[in-house]
Amino acid sequence: MKVKTNIFLLGIFSMLLVACSSTGTTDTEDTMMEDASAQEVAPVVVETVPTTPTIRADQTYIGGTSMANGGAVVNKSDIVLYFDFDLSTLTPQTRAALTRVAAALRTSTGRVRLEGHADERGTREYNIALGERRAKAVYDFLVLQGVSASRLETISYGEERPAANGTGERVWSQNRRVEIK
Amino acid sequence: MRSTISRIVLAFYLMTLGSLASAELTIEVVSGVDQQTRIAVVPFAWEGRGIAPSAFDQIIANDLRLSGLFEIIEPQNMLSFPAPGDEINFRDWRVLDADYLMLGSAAIVDGNMVAEVELYDVPSGRQVLGRRLTAGPEDGRDVSHRVSDLAYEQITGIPGIASSRILYVTDSLNAEGQRRYRLMLADQDGAREQLVIESAAPIMSPAWSPNGEDIAYVSFETTRSAIFMQNLRTGERRQLTNFVGINGAPAFSPDGTKMALVLSKDGNPELYMLDLQTNEFTRLTDHFAIDTEPNWTADGKSLVFTSDRGGRPQIYELDLQTGRIARLTYRGDYNARPRLSADGRFLVMVHRNEGIFHIAVQDLTDDTLIIVTQTDLDESPTISPNGALVMYATKINGNSILAAVSLDAGVKYNLPATTSTDVREPAWSPL
Repeated sequence: MKVKTNIFLLGIFSMLLVACSSTGTTDTEDTMMEDASAQEVAPVVVETVPTTPTIRADQTYIGGTSMANGGAVVNKSDIVLYFDFDLSTLTPQTRAALTRVAAALRTSTGRVRLEGHADERGTREYNIALGERRAKAVYDFLVLQGVSASRLETISYGEERPAANGTGERVWSQNRRVEIK
Repeated sequence: MRSTISRIVLAFYLMTLGSLASAELTIEVVSGVDQQTRIAVVPFAWEGRGIAPSAFDQIIANDLRLSGLFEIIEPQNMLSFPAPGDEINFRDWRVLDADYLMLGSAAIVDGNMVAEVELYDVPSGRQVLGRRLTAGPEDGRDVSHRVSDLAYEQITGIPGIASSRILYVTDSLNAEGQRRYRLMLADQDGAREQLVIESAAPIMSPAWSPNGEDIAYVSFETTRSAIFMQNLRTGERRQLTNFVGINGAPAFSPDGTKMALVLSKDGNPELYMLDLQTNEFTRLTDHFAIDTEPNWTADGKSLVFTSDRGGRPQIYELDLQTGRIARLTYRGDYNARPRLSADGRFLVMVHRNEGIFHIAVQDLTDDTLIIVTQTDLDESPTISPNGALVMYATKINGNSILAAVSLDAGVKYNLPATTSTDVREPAWSPL
C-alpha cells in the first residue's frame, strides 16, 4: 500500500516535471550547441517588450499666468519686502514699511495678494513652505494694523519665480522676499 | 510616393519642432567601479531589408557602460562576429579578456520586430541567457534596453534599469523673454525626450504611480498651487486639490491607491492622505512647524518627511498605524527631502554640510552617513527602481543639470543639456 502511494506520488512528480519543462521550452526553442565546451544551453524564453508611452502632441497643455521679462523684473507698483536666509521674521525696516502699507490699505479697497518667495538654496517644497511663512508674517502684521483679513490672500512660489537670476548672496538676497500686489 | 515624401517632411518637421522644445540631454560618464566586468556586444545581425532601424548593440553597450559596472570591448578589437546560432570560437574572446559575450540578431517578421539574443560566460564557454523578443517594428530602442536589462540582471543578480524612464522639469526663457516651465519624459539615459505639459506658471514635484503610467505634479496654472494627476498613455488629466495655501509634494502609496501630500489650509503645512478611490482627505500631522516632502516606506505602513519641528529641517518617520513620529537624522543642521531605497535600508536626502548642499545617504541599520556628491546646491534626489543609483539636480556653470551617482558613490555620470535650459527635479519611474 505504502509502495503504491509512493509510485503514485512519483507519477505526479514526473508529470509536474514534464509540465515545467514544457512551459520553460516553448515551441520556438532553438538548439544552440555552438561549442564543444558549451555544457549547458539556456532555454530560449520568448517575451513581448513593453514600450514607452507616446505623449500626444495635442495634449500638452499650455497655460498659466505669464510674467514679463521671465519674471526677473518686479512691477514698479509692487512693494517688495526682503528677508534673511531661512527666516521669516520682519526686520525693523520691514515693519516700518509695512506700517505705511497698512495705512494706505486702510483707506483703499480691493484685494491684495501677498506672494512669498525663497532663494534657491534648500529643497523646493521646503522653500514653498518657507515662502508661505514669509507671506503669512506679512499677512499677520497687516491684519494687526487693521487691514481686513478678507482682502488679503497669501501664496508662495518658493524658489520657482526668482526676481534675480544667478547664484551668490547678492542674487539670493533679492529673491528672499514678499511681493505685495 | 507622394505620401512617402510628405511623411519624410512631416518627420523632419516634428524632429525640428522637438529639438526646439527639448533640452536634449546627453550623457558623460564621470567614473565607474574599479573592477569592471568586460563584455563584448557583437554588432547585431540585421536580417531585414535596408539598414537596421536601430543600433541595437550600440544602445546595449551604452546602457551597460552607463551602469558603471561594465567595460565594453569595442567592435574594432573583435576577431570574429558570430550571430546567434553560429559556432563560437571562444579563443577569440578569451584572448580579449572578455568575461561575457553577447550575440544578437533582429528581423521584421510579419510586421513585427523579432530579436534573438544570446549571452555567454566566456571563461566556461557556457550560454547563460537565450531570449527571443518581439515588439513593434519601430521599437528597436525598447528592445535594446530590455536586452541590456536581461544581461545586467543575469550578470549582477539585480534588475537592470535601462528600460526605466525619468520625468523632470525644465525652465527656460522663450523668444519673447517669458519664462516657460515644462514637464518632460525621457528614457533614463535622456534619449527620446517628450514634452508632457508646458506652462507659463511653475510646474513642480513630479511623481510616479507604481503602475508606471499615472503621474502627479504640482502646477500653478490656476494662479495657485494645485496637484494634478495625469495618465501618460491616454493623456487624461484631473485636478486633485484646490485648497487655499500650499498644495504640494504628492507621493503615491506603493499600492497606488492613496497619495500622501501637503496642504496648508489649516494655517501651516501639514501632511495629508488622499484616498484616490473615494477622494477623501485625512490629516496626518498636527504641528505648528513645517511638515512636508513625504515619501513612503516600501510596505506602505510609514512615511518619512521633512519637518522643522526641532528648530531646523530634519527627517522624521511617521508610523501610519500608531501615529507615532520618530526623528531619523541628527547629523548636520539641514536634512530634507527624504527618499527611501526599496529595501528600506538607505535614506537618501539633501544634506547641508558647512553651508554646502550635498546629497547624503544614511544607512538606517547603523546610522552611518556618507556624502555622495561633491558639487554645491545638489537637490531633488530620486532613487533608481533597482536601488543602485540616485539621480539628482545640481548646478554646473550656472545651469541646473541632472546627474547620477551610485549609493556607494563609486559610479557617477552627468546628463548635461545641450541648450541653456535649467533641468531639475528628476523622478525615476518604477520598472
